[in-house]
Amino acid sequence: MKRDPIYGTMAEFDTPQALIDAAKRTHEAGYKKIDAYSPFPIEGLAEEIGFHFNEVPLVVLIGGIIGGLTGYVMQYWMSAVDYPLNIGGKPPHSWPAFVVITFEMTILFAGVSAVLGMLALNGLPMPYHPVFNVPRFAFASKDRFFLIVFSSDKKYHRAETRQFLESLAPRSVSEVPS
Amino acid sequence: MDEQYKTAVGPERAPVIEPGHTFGTVTEKISAIVLTRPASNGWFLGFGIAFMLTMMLLYSIGYLFLKGIGIWGVNIPVGWGFAIVNFVWWIGIGHAGTLISAILLLLRQSWRNSINRFAEAMTLFAVACAGVFPAIHIGRPWLAYWLFPYPNTMKVWPQFRSPLIWDVFAVSTYATISALFWFIGLVPDLATLRDRAENRWAKLIYGMLSMGWRGSARHWHRYETMYLLLAGLATPLVLSVHTVVSFDFAVGIVPGWHTTIFPPYFVAGAIYSGFAMVLMLAIPIRKIYGLEDFITERHLQNSAKVMLATGLIVAYGYGIEAFMGWYGGDRYDTFTLWNRLHGPYAVPYWMLLICNIFIPQVLWIRRLRTSPGALFFVSGVILVGMWLERFIIVVVSLHRDFLTSSWGMYYPTRWDWMTYIGTIGMFLALMFLFLRILPAISIFEMRTLLPEAEVKAE
Repeated sequence: MKRDPIYGTMAEFDTPQALIDAAKRTHEAGYKKIDAYSPFPIEGLAEEIGFHFNEVPLVVLIGGIIGGLTGYVMQYWMSAVDYPLNIGGKPPHSWPAFVVITFEMTILFAGVSAVLGMLALNGLPMPYHPVFNVPRFAFASKDRFFLIVFSSDKKYHRAETRQFLESLAPRSVSEVPS
Repeated sequence: MDEQYKTAVGPERAPVIEPGHTFGTVTEKISAIVLTRPASNGWFLGFGIAFMLTMMLLYSIGYLFLKGIGIWGVNIPVGWGFAIVNFVWWIGIGHAGTLISAILLLLRQSWRNSINRFAEAMTLFAVACAGVFPAIHIGRPWLAYWLFPYPNTMKVWPQFRSPLIWDVFAVSTYATISALFWFIGLVPDLATLRDRAENRWAKLIYGMLSMGWRGSARHWHRYETMYLLLAGLATPLVLSVHTVVSFDFAVGIVPGWHTTIFPPYFVAGAIYSGFAMVLMLAIPIRKIYGLEDFITERHLQNSAKVMLATGLIVAYGYGIEAFMGWYGGDRYDTFTLWNRLHGPYAVPYWMLLICNIFIPQVLWIRRLRTSPGALFFVSGVILVGMWLERFIIVVVSLHRDFLTSSWGMYYPTRWDWMTYIGTIGMFLALMFLFLRILPAISIFEMRTLLPEAEVKAE
């Protein structure tokens, strides 16, 4: 299979404000497959590139429910079904005593799902990515802000997109080889 | 950061970050400690001493495995000696790290950004030190896995009605969540180190650890949701951990243990000693690595205020314990109170009152709250005091059993001390390594504190 030799076109900005304005204009200009890169989270940037819904809370909720059920059912089954032992005359199904472990298991499962869910939804770990081919991109983890239009976008045209990005007054524009 | 907060800081309070910094200088300054600054002789000396103490820990554990817990001072009636004292002390110290990273995040206390990373590392290392003790104190340490429910040929399961099993789940969950929280918080900074490292190996290792983080807006969006949820989960978790630790005592019917005030008073004590440890680490670190711009007077003051507040809660706990000993009218409780004040362990008890209640009151004086030297000293005193508190709780209640024929005394042996001091060495050795190989301050969270990070909402 022959791949598109160009992954996208990328513009570099100096400030978070410039990036958020540029992202907004690019999205309004009809480019839908775009992404923005910054060295720290910028409030509202994800919305500007058309990303509104994230599933992380749902994943955590499901993880927490599974954890809580696992914790309680495990204790119930082990103490009341599989091997009931009379200890101090307490009933085999001593639900108040099971609360602590149920709670801890809820937190454990929810926390692990939060981290793994975030990584999975973000497609990480991914040590190689085409954007790393741009030498200037090393500054994306320091003090520069980048906006990319992917070549898979319907409206993408190598020269026109470049021209459009240049009109946003970036510091520089470069092509990202795939 | 919201505007309202910044103006609310006012002119007379020290800033969270000194003016004049940019994204670039913050990045340079923090990453340089790891990437370019050569390890000094002082570092080698400090690490060397800490490493030797760690070896002493391994030696004393090795000897323990060879001979059994008879080498310790524990006996009947005092079956819980240094192992439990140190376990509770270390776990408590860990709590401040979670408080700073999770609870202060939810409360939008942005000053936490410059101390949360090493406070979380402190949590992790303190929990590691704490974890050593339950594993080695059980007499047959090679059977420690019996604590976990796993299918076995004996067909029995753990006793889920016992607080000791709750503790296994609470502490292992706490260790797991703390490690995740710390690591995931490091990922964007590891990407910074990957991009800035000159050394090939450093680049490769930081690159693998950063998992290809590239700072995409979509990634940040999910990341922030995840981070907030994790903080929301860690907050009740940290409160539950010391609550469960206090259940280990409170559920037993031993005088001096069987009280309902234990959970809140244990949690407050944990945060009290934890902040003392945070200050004992932060004060030398900011001085040696020139981080006074990031860990400012404001951080010292705020930590001192937290210590003052939690110290008063602890003092209230002591007060209520004493009051109930008298008012409750139970002769064993009354005797426990009298025994603490006048019995064979009266000296440590009075020292505990001096260290935890009287000396820390100097923090009401503003000049001392902002003086690193004074704070370092008071923090040390508090750490000693909180250790004594656990010693009193464990030993004084046990050494006078219900019948006089079962009375005894507990004297720690040199192996008890070597194990305890050994864990302090292990804690410091891990801290020394952490400072050299990972960014001790969260770089990306520091960037968000700069005025240039602000964007206008549409």
